[in-house]
Amino acid sequence: MSRRLLVVACAAIYLFLMLPLMVVFPISLSSAPYMQFPPPGLSWQWYDRFFDDPQWLDATWRSLYIGSATAGLALALGVPLSFSLVRGRFAGRALLDRLALAPVIVPTIVLSVSVYGLFAKLKLIGAWYGLVVAHTVLALPFVVLVMGAGLRDFDRSLEQAAEGLGASRWRTLRRVTLPLLRPSLVSAGLLAFISSFDELVVALFLAGPNMTLPKKMFDNILMEIDPTIAAVSVMQILLVVLVLVLIGRFGRGLGGANMSGSAR
Amino acid sequence: MPTRSGQLSVAGHLSVTGLCRRFGEVVALDEVSLDIAPGELLTILGPSGSGKTTLLKVVAGFEKPDAGRVSVDGQDITAMPPARRDIGMVFQNYALFPHLTVAGNVAFPLEMRNVGRAEVARRVGETLALVELAGYGERLPRQLSGGQQQRVALARAIVFNPRLLLLDEPFGALDRKLRETMQLEVRRLQKRLGLTTIFITHDQEEALVLSDRIAVMNRGAIQQVAGTMEIYERPANDFVADFVGESNIFHGTLTEPGIVTLSSGRRLLVNRDGKVGDRLGVLMRPERFADKGANGFAAEVVEAVYLGASLKLRLACEDGLELVVRQPARGKLPVAGQRLEVGIDADAIHVF
Repeated sequence: MSRRLLVVACAAIYLFLMLPLMVVFPISLSSAPYMQFPPPGLSWQWYDRFFDDPQWLDATWRSLYIGSATAGLALALGVPLSFSLVRGRFAGRALLDRLALAPVIVPTIVLSVSVYGLFAKLKLIGAWYGLVVAHTVLALPFVVLVMGAGLRDFDRSLEQAAEGLGASRWRTLRRVTLPLLRPSLVSAGLLAFISSFDELVVALFLAGPNMTLPKKMFDNILMEIDPTIAAVSVMQILLVVLVLVLIGRFGRGLGGANMSGSAR
Repeated sequence: MPTRSGQLSVAGHLSVTGLCRRFGEVVALDEVSLDIAPGELLTILGPSGSGKTTLLKVVAGFEKPDAGRVSVDGQDITAMPPARRDIGMVFQNYALFPHLTVAGNVAFPLEMRNVGRAEVARRVGETLALVELAGYGERLPRQLSGGQQQRVALARAIVFNPRLLLLDEPFGALDRKLRETMQLEVRRLQKRLGLTTIFITHDQEEALVLSDRIAVMNRGAIQQVAGTMEIYERPANDFVADFVGESNIFHGTLTEPGIVTLSSGRRLLVNRDGKVGDRLGVLMRPERFADKGANGFAAEVVEAVYLGASLKLRLACEDGLELVVRQPARGKLPVAGQRLEVGIDADAIHVF
């Protein structure tokens, strides 16, 4: 009896979470020129509209490379930071550990305003690399969390073994440590990418005339509501789903030390 | 980087002198000195926390001593990084690289020494054959059983002809049968290759099976270094006598040459001259008792445990002495509550 209740409750929660998708997908294929549910007929016109509009393509492309650059920069900073946080023994390590997660805690709007003030002075508003820097700040906690979990589970006797067998520190890192941390690296990089790709608030402040995809969607909703937005949403959702599938397949989560099936 | 590609191992002569290492208040190594001859297998035996693992780490280079010196063949390697020491080590958990195949694991130390591809392939093949894993090269470590993983770890530790082989409690994770097989196999391989080897264990039985000599450690200090028989028959002190094998240990005073008097007043005939009045320890191994002997004990059986090959008796003597005695398990077996007599000859008693 209680088991059946649990199933019903779970089904209700899932339905609630999936409901928007069940509306968005049909609307993106609507033949009507405005938002209407259920759609009167099916067509690809809104997808065509997206691919015919250089503004949409431009925004998508920009979001993709800003996301990639953010992931790269966040890894470049976050991986060494995680190493020092997990393995280092220095004064203030505990403080730095908390500080590294601060961007998750500080409201994005506060961060955006303050970064806006700074970047306005530095003339970085509207520059894509300015946005990369700001997004990296937001992405860094993801990298630190995922890499930290991976490093804490890492069996350091493997590194000792490598050194004992004649590997220098550098070769140990390259041949043993990093290959074994690859699942964590993949997860951290992809999460950093998604966090940038989906990000709106910072982009509203910093992007200027150079739209990212979320900002373009936002503007689009303000100006003219047509099902193009649904089509874009569908594609964005599919991309994120693809990334999550990749994480599931090649990456590793924050949780257990399960390494099986991850080394390929 | 020197590559030594000769087939025969160049067995090293290891010598550690005056090693000290503290961790805060804990003394892990207290003036430890040892000499290990080329080709010898020396076991370091001790309870956990006795400092044996620290000693191994210092020899391998993973831990720096506060004082003292480690040298191989006269060359001081105390400050040398582990990567340059040419020491093969088998870790407690094997520490196989999970992302590399068996062959990749065994090839690793050779690749680090920039050995050519053909030579690497040849030596990996040879060494895998040596540990009876020919044909397993392409598997991943997690696809192997515990015993097979251990063989891989061993192959990886010897493939580059190390000057020294270190084994850190390598049999702990194996079940009893497999452990015995692997012990004998490791010993055979070590003898055949003539590898100077340090073996760490807390299992005294294992130490007796494998070693040329045993060094017993306690609280960071070496208690005794001797051959296996010497350690068992003639331990240097209470700790060694108690840690290795079952024992009956008593303390007494030499009241006249050849006689130790225990606190209970019992006089034991022993083979020991010396200064009258010396405080001495007396060791009687349970299996050295017979029905009769120069020293007789009339006692009551407190407990009789049947162990298949032998019978283990706990006896209480009239003067309050408690004895553990082993007898062959045949004929009519004594039971608890029964009175009996046992005896032990003077030369079966070790005095220290």
